[in-house]
Amino acid sequence: MDLSAINPIVLIASLMVASTPILLAAIGELVVEKSGVLNLGVEGMMITGAICGFAMAVETGSPALGFIGAALGGAALSLIFAFLTQVLLSNQVATGLALTLFGLGFSALIGQSYIGVKPPTSATLILGLDAMVFVGIGIIAVTWWVLKYTRVGLILRAVGENHDAAHALGYKVVLIRTAAIAFGGACAGLGGAYLSLIRVPQWTEGMTSGAGWIALAIVVFASWKPWRVLLGAYLFGGITVLQLNLQAAGVKIPVEYLSMSPYLITIIVLVIMSADRTRTALNAPAMLGRSFHASN
Amino acid sequence: MIRLEKRKQPSQVWSYLTPILAVIATMIAGGIMFWILGKNPFEAIRIIFWDPLFNTQFASYSRPQLLVKAAPLILIAIGLSLGFRAGVWNIGAEGQYVIGAICGAAVGLAFYPMESFIIFPLMVLAGAFGGFLWAMIPALLKIAFRTNEILVSLLLVYVADQLLASMALSTLRNPDGGGFPGSRNLQQYPSAANPELIAGTGAHWGVVAALIAVIFAYILLAKHKLGFQIKLAGQSPRAAHFAGVNTSVIIVVCLGLSGLLAGLAGLFEVAGPAGQISIDFASNYGFTAIIVAFLGRLHPVGILLAGLLMALTYIGGELAQLMLGIPLAAIQAFQGMLLFFLLAMDVLTDYRPVIGKAKVV
Repeated sequence: MDLSAINPIVLIASLMVASTPILLAAIGELVVEKSGVLNLGVEGMMITGAICGFAMAVETGSPALGFIGAALGGAALSLIFAFLTQVLLSNQVATGLALTLFGLGFSALIGQSYIGVKPPTSATLILGLDAMVFVGIGIIAVTWWVLKYTRVGLILRAVGENHDAAHALGYKVVLIRTAAIAFGGACAGLGGAYLSLIRVPQWTEGMTSGAGWIALAIVVFASWKPWRVLLGAYLFGGITVLQLNLQAAGVKIPVEYLSMSPYLITIIVLVIMSADRTRTALNAPAMLGRSFHASN
Repeated sequence: MIRLEKRKQPSQVWSYLTPILAVIATMIAGGIMFWILGKNPFEAIRIIFWDPLFNTQFASYSRPQLLVKAAPLILIAIGLSLGFRAGVWNIGAEGQYVIGAICGAAVGLAFYPMESFIIFPLMVLAGAFGGFLWAMIPALLKIAFRTNEILVSLLLVYVADQLLASMALSTLRNPDGGGFPGSRNLQQYPSAANPELIAGTGAHWGVVAALIAVIFAYILLAKHKLGFQIKLAGQSPRAAHFAGVNTSVIIVVCLGLSGLLAGLAGLFEVAGPAGQISIDFASNYGFTAIIVAFLGRLHPVGILLAGLLMALTYIGGELAQLMLGIPLAAIQAFQGMLLFFLLAMDVLTDYRPVIGKAKVV
């Protein structure tokens, strides 16, 4: 075993790359949950974004257009969820699961002809980092600012805390939530495309392998606070990179046990966060997961 | 302008009609999908839903497959439906299925090459216990720390997948396998095999277990106090609380039973149709069973029918792949669509669409 082969600067750069997909998906889901909606379809939207972005980038030769395509693909899929839960008042947990199941099948279907194809390479800015890493941090900063200091953010939070009161004040609850869901879908799509275009970079079926679920866990870890999403994503990215480096360094732990560590650590973090009664209870949006029907 | 008016009572008629309408709508939407893929939609739908049962050439092979595929789906979905009724969301059945298979197979392999009638029953117990324990992780974490069981049970699927790979590559690898991954084939080890009980039907012990589970769940929900408490906890958590329902017990029972049944399904699969622990043993039954549970309206008899229908789409999907070159992923998308349509139409059970403006009360 040779741990000296692990270079700290390279490690930090690869940590940022490893955490970006989850960071993007988690900040999108944070906005959705702040509006009072629980969308469990993050995994499905991510993988749809991964293939839409990949296909777009390969066909046009432009990674930037690929990312736009991914955001549109993720948002389009999330609008199915929005229609079902907001207009047809379906159960949010079940609909989110349906979104994930459908997204996995749908992406595999489109992806048939892209297996083994190489995507166009993205330009790097510094330390081998590409623009999307900074776009991700930028989205977090903007989300934080909008939620905290703007009228739009206040309305969004009001809808998430008490939809009946927000409705009585004249805000369009369904419309606001639909917009939040579409934003979440677009962010998840970007996260997925980051995997297929930059991090891996190629298309394989089911390539998100639980990243969407980890993003959901990170929103809980962050107690619905934007900057803590960054922290959570970096923590997770750090563990992923560390276990990959340990695998490469030839530690005497079987590869499979190292590969399961990110999932196990996510569970442990979830347990620690939910054990603290006061904090999670105070920060979770009060209407999370509840349907809104105007005549109620 | 169409608006929705809440019904005082959920409509009985619509709750029976919506699954049927959802299947029809999925056939239409799926037909359009196949048409976009450049296939004849009518032929594709016929191959998926009709040919596996009635085609003179294929039916003799595919008819027994119906029970083989339906048994794990029904077993898992019955367990999940109890939890879904109580508002306990176990979506990690896939992981419990894998762990059940590993535990059961490990017990069987430990006895190899001894022959005894006791080995298979011991494997069944080990499989059930493995699935149960795996499901106890989210259950106990939820009770002790109120950790979200959806996320924990789902994340454990990925952990189980890695364990499966490790078992297939090292711990349970066949020592006589010439270095290939995968365990010994249990089908070739009579004391541990889960054989076809009646030749030509596909019925193995898993099918028997699935039928028992359906009956058991029916009695539990219709006649037993615990079943009533499960339903109450889901429909009105506050009322359940005041009625003295112990939430922790409900969580343990729901997650425990669904884990146990998923573990059983895994054991019957590994000792029967699959034959061995291999890297690609996990087959998505745990996720498809979620669709089965909802399509069956969380009712045991409904799940029985829904499991058979979903098994049909699996077999029909394989047939369509063979005959029309429709990728298997299309069938997965097709199954996902079915759940969408079902959830979308469910609105008619609880709400009445009314044309015109709302009256001011």
